[in-house]
This record gives sequence, structure tokens and C-alpha cells, in this order.
Amino acid sequence: MPVVYSAQRGAADAVLRAEGLVFSYKPREGELPPRVLDGVDLSVWRGQLVAVLGHNGSGKSTLARHFNALLAPVCGRVLVDGMDTSDEKLTLDIRRHVGMVFQNPDNQIVASVVEEDVAFAPENLGYPSDEIRARVDGALRTVGMYEYAKHAPHLLSGGQKQRVAIAGVLAMEPKCVVFDEPTAMLDPRGRESVVNIIRSLCDDLGVTVVLITHHMEEAILADRIVVMSEGRVVMDGRPREIFTQPDALQGYGLGVPETVSLLRGLREDGFDVPLGALTADECADAIMTAVGGAVLSGCENGDVAD
Amino acid sequence: MAPVIKTEKITHIYSAGTVFEHTALSDVSFEALRGEYIGIIGHTGSGKSTFIQTLNGLIRPTSGTVFFDGTDIRQSKERTRDIRFKVGLVFQYPEYQLFEETVFNDIAFGPKNMGLNAHEVAERVREAAGFVGLREDDLEKSPFELSGGLRRRAAIAGVIAMRPEVLIADEPTAGLDPAGSSEIIANIGAYRRSTGATIIIVTHSMEEIAQNADRVTVFDGGRIVMDAPPAAAFSRSDELSAMGLGVPAATAIANRLRARGLPIAGGIITADGLRAALRELRRGAGSA
Repeated sequence: MPVVYSAQRGAADAVLRAEGLVFSYKPREGELPPRVLDGVDLSVWRGQLVAVLGHNGSGKSTLARHFNALLAPVCGRVLVDGMDTSDEKLTLDIRRHVGMVFQNPDNQIVASVVEEDVAFAPENLGYPSDEIRARVDGALRTVGMYEYAKHAPHLLSGGQKQRVAIAGVLAMEPKCVVFDEPTAMLDPRGRESVVNIIRSLCDDLGVTVVLITHHMEEAILADRIVVMSEGRVVMDGRPREIFTQPDALQGYGLGVPETVSLLRGLREDGFDVPLGALTADECADAIMTAVGGAVLSGCENGDVAD
Repeated sequence: MAPVIKTEKITHIYSAGTVFEHTALSDVSFEALRGEYIGIIGHTGSGKSTFIQTLNGLIRPTSGTVFFDGTDIRQSKERTRDIRFKVGLVFQYPEYQLFEETVFNDIAFGPKNMGLNAHEVAERVREAAGFVGLREDDLEKSPFELSGGLRRRAAIAGVIAMRPEVLIADEPTAGLDPAGSSEIIANIGAYRRSTGATIIIVTHSMEEIAQNADRVTVFDGGRIVMDAPPAAAFSRSDELSAMGLGVPAATAIANRLRARGLPIAGGIITADGLRAALRELRRGAGSA
């Protein structure tokens, strides 16, 4: 298992850290509790975008809920900027540090006007009103929803609602945001807008992001991919390292991006292409390098029709 | 062949006459043949969800007519009721609608409503469970004991148990992992093969359509703006992306190769298709 980034960094750089994390939900009487998380060790470094992949039931959402103290470990511990999530006195601080965005935006929006919804958390945190105003406007601009400040959330599209939910989290100015399948209910347009925002949080605002997703295409954009299976971390590496191991991924019930499965097929056909050309552009470039030369010179000889 | 389902100029207006008046469908005419596999795409608000609900009578369009086997589904009360069983509709996230104490009872709900006797109901439940790969011991469990993927399949089985002649599903794979998604698609394929049913699937996955559908129907602004075999529809990449929709990855890569000067023919929608085209080019170049 290739472990990236861990050797060269110290524990102090980790915004989120799970150490020997074990978790089980309360079992039924007379049954042994099944371990949903079975010894997770993971450090998420400041400013990283980490995608967490895993089949349904692999424990990835349960892990996500540990990062802002919605759940507490049965064994081991979880640290958020050094704060132990099992210490109830720190819960509020931890939730200010780590925002969560869930799958269904309808469950996360509480107010009947967009800007009031976004103001909900900073108001609760007791900030002065000009500070709240600045935070709300800033958050709405970040997600491209400033023009909708006075609109009613229920009349927005799914993608727009999800962006409002993200703004509500950003208004707390968290150091870290955990997204639990934020695009699962969105159409392609909404998905693209949300994914772009997630990437820019990391690149432009320096926010640390954990992105739980089933979409391999989204994971390509991450700095690092963590694969979970049966409550453990089973793969950990850069997207190119992870997606060039299609057999291992399939063994964990996951797929590879369409680009990789095409490249894999082309290699079977005898084309000399790398597996790691993950985006459509990279993939097209790789194919051009492998087959383009021969074919184009064939064209010039006039042998290829159409 | 006569279409099994047909809509003739259906228009649907929500909250007509109020400030919230909204035209969800305008003048939609559509036909589906027996055994056809149709993919429906369109972004949120394009009218596709309203449309599929008109097909089994859940939504009565403001104007226009829906036909099943050539007759108006509103011809009589009995007819409208009958259509609910003949045109099965699986909603988005159907697993949240499971409510019975056991998976068996949940799947049995539809066939019981049809007035079948206990023996027939049990037969329908076992048959439907088989299509979606639920085991005998799963049937006695509470739906809440099943994993998310199995729960989804139990919900689909509840519709299959009515043996619908048309099976409509609204994003049946949303939120599932890749393995779970392929299983559901395979289950639906198995039902179609063994019964000859028509399948209509609303999806955001262009890959799913490229691999399975005979036809893709594109909704935009409450109208059908494209209705063609996938290869023909996906060759109109620019129009689709203007509507906020994409094309399969293989099509996107083929377009890029063409832009880079490679003489790749149009109509490529799957990785296999692109592989074949590239092998073909290599043969041509080799003989030069």
C-alpha cells in the first residue's frame, strides 16, 4: 500500500488525524457489535483535498462523522487541530473548525431566505452584525450565489441549494470542510459547479477538504485518494497511483474513471499508452502519442478514407 | 409496431392561475415501443420527472392525452387504476418509501393491491426478489436491516412484482457505489429480457445510456428537444453541453482525437467502439 505524504510531515501539520480509530453502532442484544471502523489511521494535511472512496457500507461516511465530533470513537482517538473529539468541552470548537456538507441540500437549509440561511451559524456564534454581513456576503460570493441573497431557497435548483448549504458552512470560516457525497443528488450542471467550488476552496482559500464520493471522475481532481473497505484504509495515494491499479479497485467494489478503462483496453489491443492519463485531454494526448504518428502519416499517403 | 405508450401533445402547468404558475411540459409527443430501452436525460427542471409521472397517470396533464396500448389511460376509473400496475414507476431514492415490517411484505404490497390471492402474491414476491438478487432469508428481514444497495433493490422488486409491461425508473442508481449501480442496471436488464417489458430510465449517466439504451430522449425547458439513438444524439455534443448535459467519456475523447487531426468516424459512444475505431486506423496505417 503506497502511503503518500506521511513520511515527510510531522503530526503537527495534520488538521485531521485518526489514530487506531474503532467504531461500532450500538448492537442488538446478544450480538457482537460489527465494527464499522476497524482501526483507521489517517492524517489529513493542511490545505489538502483528500477524496475518500469506498463501496456502500465501507465506513467512509462513519469516518466523516468523526471529523466534526458527530460520532466519537469506541477505541482510538480523533484529533482536529490537536483537539481530541472525545472531549465534550471541545465539541463546539471542533464544529467551528470542521464544517460538514451532506448529500441532500434540502436537509441542511433552515431559513426561508438565502442570506438568512447563510447567516444562521455566525448569528449563533454571536458575532456582531457587520461581521455577520461581511461573512455572509463573502460566503455567497465564493459559491457564486450572491445575486440570490434575497431568494427563497426552495425555489432554487438542487445545485444552487447545495451551493447555499456550502456558503452556510463557509460563513463559519472553518479550516476544514468535510463533504459527504455532495453531488449525489445533483444533475451534471449542478455537479460541475459544486466540484469547481470544492477545488477552489482548497486552492484559493487554503481550506482543507475531505470529499466522500462515489464518482471516480470527481476523485481525479483530488490531491490524494484514500480507499476504504470493511472499515479500514486499504489504499492511499495520488489519483494517478490509485487509478492505475484497476484490479485492486475492482476488488474493493470500485471502478476506475472511464479514461483508465479505455486505456486499459487499448493496452490489451497492443497500443503503448500509459494507464495514468486521467482526464479526457490527457487521455487524448496519450492516444495521439501512441497511435497518432503512424496513422497521420498513413493519412498523408491517402490510404485512410474519410 | 404499435407503441405501448404514447403521449399526444401533453402540456402540464403547475399552480395554474397563481403567481407560481409554471409550465413544466409543453406539447410533448412521445412514443415507446414494446421492449424498447429508452434513456431520458435533462437537467433539473427540464420536465423529465413530471413527464414520467404522466405516463402511469400519477399526474394528469393539463392538456393532451396519454395512451396505453392505443387507448386513453383516462378512459375510465378502472382503466386508470389498471395502468398503475401495467406501468410501474420507481421513484428516486425509493428505499425511503419502504414501510412494511419485512422485505417480503413490502414487495407484496403491490400484488396484494392488485387483488391477487396469497399464493399468487407469494409467487410474485419470489419472482421479483429473484430478478433483483435478494436471497430467501433477506425476505424475512426488516428492510432497515439491509444495506443501502439491497434496500434499493427491494424497492425496485416491489414494482417488478406487479409485472409491469413498462418499467420506469427515476435515477435508479443515484447515490450507489459502482458495483451497486451495475447490479441494479443488470437487474433491470434481466427483467426486460425475460418479460419483453419496455424500460424507461431517467439518468444523469451518459455511460449508462451509451451501453444500454436503444434511444435517448432529451428534455429541455419542458420540451423534447432530441429523440434519437444514442450514437446520433451524442454526436450533437455542442447542443448537449449548451443544455448543461454531457456526452459519454468515449465520445468526448473521440471528439478530442478528431480535433487533433485523427480521422475518427462519428458515432462513437463506448470505450469498445473507440477501441475498434483505433484498431481500424492502425490497420489502415499499417497497410500504407
